[in-house]
Amino acid sequence: MFKIITAVVARDLRLAMRRQADIVSALFFFVIVVSLFPLGIGPEPDLLRKLAPGVLWVAALLATMLSLPRLFADDHRDGTLEQLALAPHPLGLVVTGKVIAHWLVSGLPLALVAPVLGLQFDLSREALLVLTFAILIGTPALSGIGAIGAALTLGLRGGGVLVSLLVLPLYIPVLIFGAGAVDATVTGLGGEGHLSLLAALTFASLGFAPWATAAALKIALE
Amino acid sequence: MIHWASFSDFIAMGGYGFYVWSSFGATVLIMAIEPIIAARNQRTTIARLKRQLRAESQADSRADYRNSSQ
Amino acid sequence: MKDRFNLYRFASPAVFYPLAGALIPYFAAVAVVFGLAGLWLGMLVAPTDFQQGEGYRIIFIHVPASWMSMFIYLVMAFWAAIGLAFNTRLSGMMAQALAPTGALMAFLSLLTGALWGKPMWGAWWVWDARLTSELILLFLYIGYMALTAAIDDARRADKAGALLLLVGVVNIPIIYFSVKWWNTLHQGSSINLAKSSMATTMLWGMLLMAMCFWMYSIAVAFMRVRTIMLERERNTEWVKNLLVGGEK
Repeated sequence: MFKIITAVVARDLRLAMRRQADIVSALFFFVIVVSLFPLGIGPEPDLLRKLAPGVLWVAALLATMLSLPRLFADDHRDGTLEQLALAPHPLGLVVTGKVIAHWLVSGLPLALVAPVLGLQFDLSREALLVLTFAILIGTPALSGIGAIGAALTLGLRGGGVLVSLLVLPLYIPVLIFGAGAVDATVTGLGGEGHLSLLAALTFASLGFAPWATAAALKIALE
Repeated sequence: MIHWASFSDFIAMGGYGFYVWSSFGATVLIMAIEPIIAARNQRTTIARLKRQLRAESQADSRADYRNSSQ
Repeated sequence: MKDRFNLYRFASPAVFYPLAGALIPYFAAVAVVFGLAGLWLGMLVAPTDFQQGEGYRIIFIHVPASWMSMFIYLVMAFWAAIGLAFNTRLSGMMAQALAPTGALMAFLSLLTGALWGKPMWGAWWVWDARLTSELILLFLYIGYMALTAAIDDARRADKAGALLLLVGVVNIPIIYFSVKWWNTLHQGSSINLAKSSMATTMLWGMLLMAMCFWMYSIAVAFMRVRTIMLERERNTEWVKNLLVGGEK
């Protein structure tokens, strides 16, 4: 089982490395969106500190969503996806591999850049730590749930906007617990509860989402 | 048994008239427009399908005529 | 030997079309009766609320609309499961027929919630757990309708929509729980939308209005599903016979 997943991860990473521009632009989108908020709201440090967790998380959601079509669109276009679906190994495992690879090139970079951006919002060191950790363990859920949306909308026109309509409501629990963890740390309540729930969401979505995604792919490929 | 002393009391709703009657107004609007639109769609669909059926049968009979004349 | 009455006959659009058509007027009539009874109790008989004055009467719309918005979503998810499991055509059509009504119920719930909130708590919108969850439910409806509209092939649209509904229905408790958690921690406003002990007339008024909304939803969904059936099955014999026979 792990051989299939590692093979898919390796392949997707290799392909992603050939298109590094995509990864970098999604990252810059994250940076730009985060920078827009102070420009829109005003530079007052207290306000920014309070808004920072929410702003960073919403930007992370949007950046992840932007990169979702990449999961299946390229393979669908050149017929690889159909071959993967017809192959004897379970499509769910293939999807798990793709989700992991997607997280490695989209979620992980976000988690690495987020603390730097958090400095712009004058977050305390503790808050930055919790923020990074939260984004680290929350973004796999985003990739997993997003895969379902990407699979359902495979090949449809109106792509990006349609995926957002489907996927953003499902992202809301991750947003609530992810931003809440940082908020709780800042107010002194401690973010452990939020982080545990966030981890639970990630494990649950990584457990179930690949199978829903595989079903959606089969529907789309019929 | 009726709670209200007068009709104007009923309309006023203890000062909340705007809010209460807007709510009921919105409901009545929705419950009137939905069926009307549904009925209109039904009529349009039937008309369109009838037209298509007629066009197809005309094309069929023309093809038959052409095929039958030797 | 008598033929056993087979319920599965009604899974065929050809059989269900005339049945639905015959039932619509009855559901509409029952809806009107329930509505009149509910409005009589709620608007004319029920006493003034001790805390909220006369403004509370919005619940006779707000609560039935909320209940229906959630109930319709569950029914859609039920048909989604049936459709995916048994590959029946009618289930997908029924789910698509229900969606607009469910979305409108969610919208009505939000609108009446705002109209209630403004005089009661001074704000057009409050981020309490229930209203926020209702908003997310509206998003789920819109997502479903957008997805099914974007797919040209009817069967793929049904199945994709069905999968989305099942994913949504699993997520609804998670979403509600997370929103509740978020709301209690941020202690915005702890709102009791309905008093814990309601006067009997109030409760009955609410229940009768809920029944009215339910019967109404069925009637409208039946109207819509008939149009969907005609469109999808337009190349079948039964539809052609119907059209030739002067259906209106």
